[in-house]
Amino acid sequence: MNDIYDVMILGAGPAGLTAGIYSSRAKLKTLILNEGAIGGQMVLTNEIANYPGVETTNGFMVANTMKKQAKDFGCHIKSNIKINNYNLSDKLKSVMLDDGREFFAKSVILTPGGKPRSLNIPGEDVFKGTGISYCATCDGEFFTDKELIVVGGGNSALEEAVTLTKYASKLTIVHQFDKFQAFEHAVQEAKNNPKIDFIMESELRGFFGNNTLEKVSIEHLPTGKITEKSVDGVFIFIGYLPNTEKIKNLVAVNEKNEILTDEDMKTNLEGVFAAGDCIAKKYRQITTAVAEGTIAALSAAEFLRINN
Amino acid sequence: MLQTAIHEIETSNELEKIINENENVMVCAGRMGPMCIPVYEVMEELESERTNIKFFSMAFDTPEAAPIRNAPMCRNFMGLPFTVYYKNGQMVHATSSIQSHQQITNILDKYFE
Ligand SMILES: Cc1cc2nc3c(=O)[nH]c(=O)nc-3n(C[C@H](O)[C@H](O)[C@H](O)COP(=O)(O)OP(=O)(O)OC[C@H]3O[C@@H](n4cnc5c(N)ncnc54)[C@H](O)[C@@H]3O)c2cc1C
Repeated sequence: MNDIYDVMILGAGPAGLTAGIYSSRAKLKTLILNEGAIGGQMVLTNEIANYPGVETTNGFMVANTMKKQAKDFGCHIKSNIKINNYNLSDKLKSVMLDDGREFFAKSVILTPGGKPRSLNIPGEDVFKGTGISYCATCDGEFFTDKELIVVGGGNSALEEAVTLTKYASKLTIVHQFDKFQAFEHAVQEAKNNPKIDFIMESELRGFFGNNTLEKVSIEHLPTGKITEKSVDGVFIFIGYLPNTEKIKNLVAVNEKNEILTDEDMKTNLEGVFAAGDCIAKKYRQITTAVAEGTIAALSAAEFLRINN
Repeated sequence: MLQTAIHEIETSNELEKIINENENVMVCAGRMGPMCIPVYEVMEELESERTNIKFFSMAFDTPEAAPIRNAPMCRNFMGLPFTVYYKNGQMVHATSSIQSHQQITNILDKYFE
């Protein structure tokens, strides 16, 4: 059997990296397995201005520093792996990767975070990179003097829409409700921007074009009327889904598939903890993920002390 | 300057030399941004596994990356990174925006095996 870890952390966003820092610093043998890029959603933002004690910086810098801190304390990190099998209920927990490697641990912290919700409508896959984008800071300049649509009505959608007006000649926000879910200051900033128009109570139904995106169809929800609109690019910011598809039948989750935890970040399974955007909670921020990652690591340490 | 573990090509002459001297080459032209970092990470991982392929990064914004930015295969691209694949000096495939491990290995299997 491979080495047995004290703590195995699944996910290397801010919650998982923080749990890794705390548990390896407590001299617990710690492994982080991460299915995507280290830093998780943090690397999706080019500007983090609200992480206390750190002046405005980009997500990659914060992620890289957290990763270095964890590694310096002896934490092992493997990223871009794919987990096929989970055993979370036995005393000795294990996961198996798609390449057959198996890892064992006495406790597990689940920190798989969330991922951007896609529209799942015809053409979305076809025009990714040739008209459809999920990152304003990455791709905004390709749309200089072009017409854009931003889909969504939360903080990310409105803030990114304002950012995109630096490039776009005109921008239309398409939102499914008659009100925005964003903070009032973000709504006001978008409304005061002369380049921004709004199409409310409407949803995109399809993307069309030849080599690049040329138009979209939009349904006005109260009337069901479908119209077409010519556009050069569409940016989609419609919220996040918890990355719990593969574990939602193994651990207790709510109706949104968010993992249920108590205040010590314990799940319903003994020796299994969860933290960050994957858990049932109201506010999803780096600070909250980091705080819960800390609690989960300290709770795992206590669990190991009592049970060893 | 990109902060990745894969070798960064700095000039168009170096790019030209590399694609002419190696049978299979993958180059990711990007920035240190959210759509690019996952592609570099996959390349870092594949570098030790796929020894028949040479993996490189290139800073998208340098004028030296013009042969990639202006390549006919990248003409319609509007998402970073631009990832290009060369076989015997010829560009055989190109993708725009983030790609998963699976998408990249499918391309490598198709063009380089
Ligand atoms: C565009 C954008 C801008 C934002 N800006 C800010 C901001 O300015 N300030 C702020 O405080 N917050 C911001 N947030 C929110 C913040 O990034 C998240 O709340 C935070 O990253 C959540 O951390 P996490 O560790 O729970 O999960 P994530 O950051 O989602 O990381 C989870 C990691 O786990 C991996 N993973 C998924 N499934 C598995 C699995 N089964 N096994 C192993 N690994 C897995 C994922 O690939 C990912 O790498 C922003 C989010 C976005 C999308």
